[in-house]
Amino acid sequence: MRGSWAALLAGCVALGCAPRAVRVGSKNFTEGVILGEVAARACATGGATTEHRRQLGGTAVLWRALRAGEIDVYPEYTGTLAAELLRGVDARDLAGMRRALAREGVAMSAPLGFNNTYALGVPEPLAAARGLRALGDLRGHPGLALGLSHEFLDRADGWPGLRARYGLPQRDVRGMDHDLAYRALSAGAIQVTDLYTTDAEIAWHHLRVLADDRAYFPEYSAVLLYRADLARRAPGCVRALESLGGSLDAATMIDLNDRVKRRRRTESAVAAAWLEEHRGLRTAVAAEGRAARVWLRTREHLAMVLASLLAAVLCAVPLGVAAARRPRLGALVLGAAGVLQTVPSLALLVLLIPVLGIGAAPAVAALFLYSLLPIVQNTVAGLRGIAPSLRESAEALGLPPSARLRLVELPLALPSILAGVKTAAVINVGTATLGAMVGAGGYGQPILRGIRLDSTATIMEGALPAAALALLTQALFALIERAAVPRPLRGGR
Amino acid sequence: MSDLPAASLAGVTKRYGDAVALGPIDLDVPASRTTVLLGPSGCGKSTLLRLLNGLIAPDAGAVRVLGAAVTPASVEGLRRRVGYVIQEGGLFPHLTARGNVTLLARWLRRPPAEVDARVAELAALARLPTALLDRHPGELSGGQRQRVALMRALMLDPEMLLLDEPLGALDPMVRAELQRDLRGVFRALGKTVVLVTHDLREARHFGDLVVLLRDGRVAQQGTLAMLEGAPADGFVRDFLGAQTDPPAGP
Repeated sequence: MRGSWAALLAGCVALGCAPRAVRVGSKNFTEGVILGEVAARACATGGATTEHRRQLGGTAVLWRALRAGEIDVYPEYTGTLAAELLRGVDARDLAGMRRALAREGVAMSAPLGFNNTYALGVPEPLAAARGLRALGDLRGHPGLALGLSHEFLDRADGWPGLRARYGLPQRDVRGMDHDLAYRALSAGAIQVTDLYTTDAEIAWHHLRVLADDRAYFPEYSAVLLYRADLARRAPGCVRALESLGGSLDAATMIDLNDRVKRRRRTESAVAAAWLEEHRGLRTAVAAEGRAARVWLRTREHLAMVLASLLAAVLCAVPLGVAAARRPRLGALVLGAAGVLQTVPSLALLVLLIPVLGIGAAPAVAALFLYSLLPIVQNTVAGLRGIAPSLRESAEALGLPPSARLRLVELPLALPSILAGVKTAAVINVGTATLGAMVGAGGYGQPILRGIRLDSTATIMEGALPAAALALLTQALFALIERAAVPRPLRGGR
Repeated sequence: MSDLPAASLAGVTKRYGDAVALGPIDLDVPASRTTVLLGPSGCGKSTLLRLLNGLIAPDAGAVRVLGAAVTPASVEGLRRRVGYVIQEGGLFPHLTARGNVTLLARWLRRPPAEVDARVAELAALARLPTALLDRHPGELSGGQRQRVALMRALMLDPEMLLLDEPLGALDPMVRAELQRDLRGVFRALGKTVVLVTHDLREARHFGDLVVLLRDGRVAQQGTLAMLEGAPADGFVRDFLGAQTDPPAGP
């Protein structure tokens, strides 16, 4: 009897302490999402429950989230680690990098096998005709025209350094937009352009990447970073992640990028296909319809907007009441809310991550802060706009201040307060699309993905519902106003 | 009629910034009679009325109403024993006429049956058709609004009624009719009434006692007949004369 109780207890404890899902994060660009998807699926085959939080934002967001334990794994590049995250460690010194990472409680997988760095590309037929294989081979062809992206042209570690290292003689070097450079290349206006070594465009435009035989460009080897405690929590997952080492060469990565970017496959499908074909790992691809996807995004979006708006109304109306009664406090409150409004939304989101982590929390907090100003402002304006004769009449009746506020002043200010809440709601519906940057989901998710893939249809999958929701919000508030505000107060007398 | 005044001001001064709005002034308001505060605009008559209701506090002196000093502690209770009507009625636009009249009674949780009976009684007294009770102030005429305002002031059967230019915003026909009805109400109720006006005919119509104010001080007080028979000074004579004598002309 006692034994069975103990077993039950142990079972409960085990359930309660059951390891939470392994969370994989990824940066907001196609290769990052594909690698995140590969990592998540590999991890799942190691026996762990996993979830993939896609396109969370930039390096800073992912790095913070990893160290804070918001995510457990994310794909990174050694060059980025060396230049931005672990200053003073050489990108080629993997052992040194591992030691520096260990101090942060982070482990690094074996390099996946490809190096995504700067390179110069030449159309394959031309390269074959002139015998161009490495950067040094350009020395013999001073007449070639170069079209380089502006950033590459200007950076000291870009063109100026490259020209010096290899002694390149070309005179016809123009700065141009990266996308235009590919067109100019096809049109024959230029013969050489800069690119990243795993760009899908390399396959697309049939370019040959010239080898960097003097090791001029920094090393950007893809690796997976994971929390050191993951080895204990999900050893199978870590084994699976480590087994990916050396399995992805540049050609494979180009192909995977190309499948998503040009052939419009989903990252999940591409990652699953590769794992099955090359690693013999079978993972399920959920075939979710557009309707289900939009419904999920709608729920995420609405949850963000409603939670932030409700909290803002509960805080801002009392603040507005206090501000209307005490002018000095009012100036302070309005000033503070005004300053909050000037913080760019993206900056605010990133600033909130160390405090609130990633996901819906920082997004809701940011939306809440942005909602304060319009509601406080309109509450103050509504209360201050009440005719002195009405205020006096309420006082002369013998109603105490709290009853005057509830029975007379707030009802009279209601149209103005509602207008403030409406403004906040409509702004929130729009701003909540940025929540996707910090993993909150919502309509921003397809917008980010669409921008990344240059797919208008995908952008519309987020932008259209967001616009519709904004219009719906307007209409809803018109109804609320009709129901809550007595006829004579609607739109003046 | 009691000899004790319903309200009194003793050595009262009220300033707004550097300007003296009222006083120093001593005044007794007799109980159960209608006192008219008369004078040109800016003479301090509205200020005096607002002091009686505790809407403003004096800078010096003491205000007593219904036997008690007007203090922050006593003022709320006093206001419920004193009805107040202002020029444009001050009706709350978000409430119906009935909602305005019964606001305080409902807040005080008076029994609904009692409240309804009182509203019906007051509508009859103020000669307001009961069908209008469910309209909002914006849907009533100026005269009707003032009748509702009077009902609101009388709802809790106050011992004293203060009216600040109650007919000021009305056109002459409505004004004459409401003037008659108001006097009928005052006579019927026998309450202490203090009414502010700048109109001599209105003072004649309502006033048992007239207090003529000038620059925040009492120029003269008494019945209008006394003032006209023996004006205290040139200002009193001029004020009464300007409004009674038709302009002389060839």
